Amino acid sequence: MAFVILIVVLFVAAVAAGAFVGVRVRSRRARGDLEGTPPGEKAPPTRPPPPAPEPAPEPAGEALGEGPLPVGEAPSLRSRLGKARNLLSGYVGGVLARGTIDASTWDDLEEALLGVDVGVATTDVLLAELRGLVKAERIKDPARLTDVLKERLVDEMRFDDRSLHFEPGVPNVWLFVGVNGVGKTTTIGKIARRQVADERRTVVMAAGDTFRAAAADQLELWAQRVDAEIVRGAEGGDPSAVVFDAVQRAAARGRDLVLADTAGRLHTRINLMEELKKIRRVADRPPAKVSETLLVIDATTGQNGLAQARQFADAAGVTGVVLTKLDGTARGGIVVAIQRDLGLPVKLVGIGEGPEDLIPFDPEEFVEALFS
Amino acid sequence: MFDALSDRFEGIFSRLRSRGSLSSAVVDEALAEIRVALLDADVNIKVVRAFVERVRERCVGADLARSISPGQQVVKIVAEEMTAILGGTPLKIAYASRPPTVVLLAGLQGSGKTTTAAKLARWFRQQGRNPLLVAADLQRPAAVEQLRVLGSQAGVSVVSASDLLERPDPPAPDDPVGTSRAALAEARRLGRDVVIVDTAGRLAIDAEMMDQVRRIAEVSAPDYTFLVIDAMTGQDAVATAEAFHAVLELDGVILTKLDGDARGGAALSVKEVLGRPIAFASTGERLDDFDAFHPDRMADRILGMGDVLSLIEKAEREMDADVTAKAATRLQEGRFTLEDFLEQMQQVRKMGSFSGMLSLLPGVPKEVRDAQIDDRDISRVEAVIRSMTLDERRNPAIIDGSRRSRIAAGSGVETSDVNKLLQQFREMQRMMRGFGAARRSARKGKKGKKGGRVTAPSLPDFSGMLK
Ligand SMILES: Nc1nc2c(ncn2[C@@H]2O[C@H](COP(=O)(O)OP(=O)(O)O)[C@@H](O)[C@H]2O)c(=O)[nH]1
Ligand SMILES: [Mg+2]
Repeated sequence: MAFVILIVVLFVAAVAAGAFVGVRVRSRRARGDLEGTPPGEKAPPTRPPPPAPEPAPEPAGEALGEGPLPVGEAPSLRSRLGKARNLLSGYVGGVLARGTIDASTWDDLEEALLGVDVGVATTDVLLAELRGLVKAERIKDPARLTDVLKERLVDEMRFDDRSLHFEPGVPNVWLFVGVNGVGKTTTIGKIARRQVADERRTVVMAAGDTFRAAAADQLELWAQRVDAEIVRGAEGGDPSAVVFDAVQRAAARGRDLVLADTAGRLHTRINLMEELKKIRRVADRPPAKVSETLLVIDATTGQNGLAQARQFADAAGVTGVVLTKLDGTARGGIVVAIQRDLGLPVKLVGIGEGPEDLIPFDPEEFVEALFS
Repeated sequence: MFDALSDRFEGIFSRLRSRGSLSSAVVDEALAEIRVALLDADVNIKVVRAFVERVRERCVGADLARSISPGQQVVKIVAEEMTAILGGTPLKIAYASRPPTVVLLAGLQGSGKTTTAAKLARWFRQQGRNPLLVAADLQRPAAVEQLRVLGSQAGVSVVSASDLLERPDPPAPDDPVGTSRAALAEARRLGRDVVIVDTAGRLAIDAEMMDQVRRIAEVSAPDYTFLVIDAMTGQDAVATAEAFHAVLELDGVILTKLDGDARGGAALSVKEVLGRPIAFASTGERLDDFDAFHPDRMADRILGMGDVLSLIEKAEREMDADVTAKAATRLQEGRFTLEDFLEQMQQVRKMGSFSGMLSLLPGVPKEVRDAQIDDRDISRVEAVIRSMTLDERRNPAIIDGSRRSRIAAGSGVETSDVNKLLQQFREMQRMMRGFGAARRSARKGKKGKKGGRVTAPSLPDFSGMLK
């Protein structure tokens, strides 16, 4: 019996999958046609809408509720790492303790790099260069060796400009993309706080995650906290319509900045990546301009982070990376490859769940933390 | 996931097998490749090192030079060691003799606890249980609201602090410990036999938050405590798992976001380091993209043997056996019509997402496995068939140009799509006919085959499918 069922399943799967390839080409063309039409009502949902037995919440207007929290100082990375790490522990500590450079030194360095998610490919390149340097400069002192390694790492991540771009005069849209649960919504809250409090910009949040249950509620609570406006749509609705509305609102009221949230999506879902392209297109139309598309990456992410960055960069034209959750034990070594191989600068680092817990990325500080 | 890993192993294995004799240099090279494959898959560096050492020692001990097929021997050693890590029997839930059976979910921020809680609740309902969800994540904005919505989709009620105010021991609105305690009493009062507690995400190094979850465990005395881990996690998975285990004494792990292209090495590491099984795995955004995890089958899958058993089980649970059996006979005899196809397609759809199912099948080419099949696309195939008359469905040969345009118009696709479907259908039909015959004669050959482990049956070749 079991085998019989299997055959049928196979058959159905095979026909459906085969026929599907053709269908997809067509549907992609269809979505391309949407270019000229205003977003909204007619666009078919790219994910099957979740069965929502409860009525969609009323679209809320401006921020309501209790007043925003007082603005505090941004904490330093070191202060957050303090409780988690002691300096130069683990493999690098072993290297220093040895006194000379030998085969186990190289093993230790390799494990130190692999152990923080730098990855095999990048590690191999770095260590090969380092061996060359050690030979050429006759380096004998392990402490000098680790310093050179750190310098090399910092060099791999050189970027002149890690600022968040803003063009005065039009509503700027900053779009936030990434896989599920990495911290997109939280990061929007934190960035809004800085933009409102320090840069004195007026902020409209766009609740573009219409897929996850209560995602708009989560963003709205952040809007209240940091004194921003929010535009929401119906749950299960078209995200580009929400972003479009937010842009219209910003333009009409002369707001500076639209921070657009999006639903988490795995970079392997072709249709959802198409949806992202559309959101970006809609946001980038006059009167507004997309001046940042920020990919949010969780520091616990392993080698898959590179695939994420590649796919999102392709689909959404990513301009920078936000590395979140660096306050835990994860070191986020994958951003070495993301910056080195893909040329995407990490602009900000998340170090907690509070509104102040976001700091600029500093390569020296990051490399120190990588090995501590 | 795991697919990329299995692809790598397949390559290494076939190179080994093709060797007549093995020098130690060849073995070393294969081991180096295995090491890189595992590291690229995010298996923890310490676990990788131990694994490679074990395999190396056994290869030395096996005296490969004297073996008739040394390559095969190495493959066998690797496969056995791999199964030893990942293998073992699936976790079987033993329900508490005095209900409710309490399940506690814990994990880092963003690992997928809340969605998992709802999926697990749905799973328990499928097992004939009557669960209650407890929203004890009072930290993340709108987490309670999220669980309420998901709970109602799963048809399971959700309680949180605000629902427990009438109780004699009402919790403070921001107190997850008190909420868990009161919710448990409420579950007893309501006669629920399973309670699932969703907790806030927390860092393993956050002493205060870890103490909080310890106290939640204390008051709710869970029968099962699961750590929820994202399949995309890198090297940190082990440190995190160890820290949670130290505080909570985990019973197992639930792996989420397996539907991406992460290679899932974290799962392997955690299993190896904690010695606790992966209990459940989540493979998509739908509530039914979730099931008990079968480690033995997963090992097979990594080693390139597909996971047919899971698929069959799913099929037996969801599909109408009689109808399907009849359809299968017709299929093998070449009398399978589009009408049957439509009916079967609806049956198959009940089993969850197509991409998830394809990933379980052995021998499916990578292009097809990686193709993103959305329910919407499947619906389109359905729409095309529905636009045909009964005669057309039974005898597609009569579909000519004008009928084709009518069908295309009726289902909102282009005529070329209709063509594509018909062509695909014919081709598969032809393939299956040959396959059925081959199988019948094969079965006559090996009557007395013992039961036990089911390996992947040889399946029709799909490679022509895409062109
Ligand atoms: N510890 C820590 N947690 C974070 C950080 N950023 C976000 N989170 C948490 O990660 C979880 C998921 O964040 P969310 O913004 O909902 O992710 P999204 O799905 O990408 O929008 C929440 O519990 C956040 O509080 C960070 O920098 N550090
Ligand atoms: Mg979000």
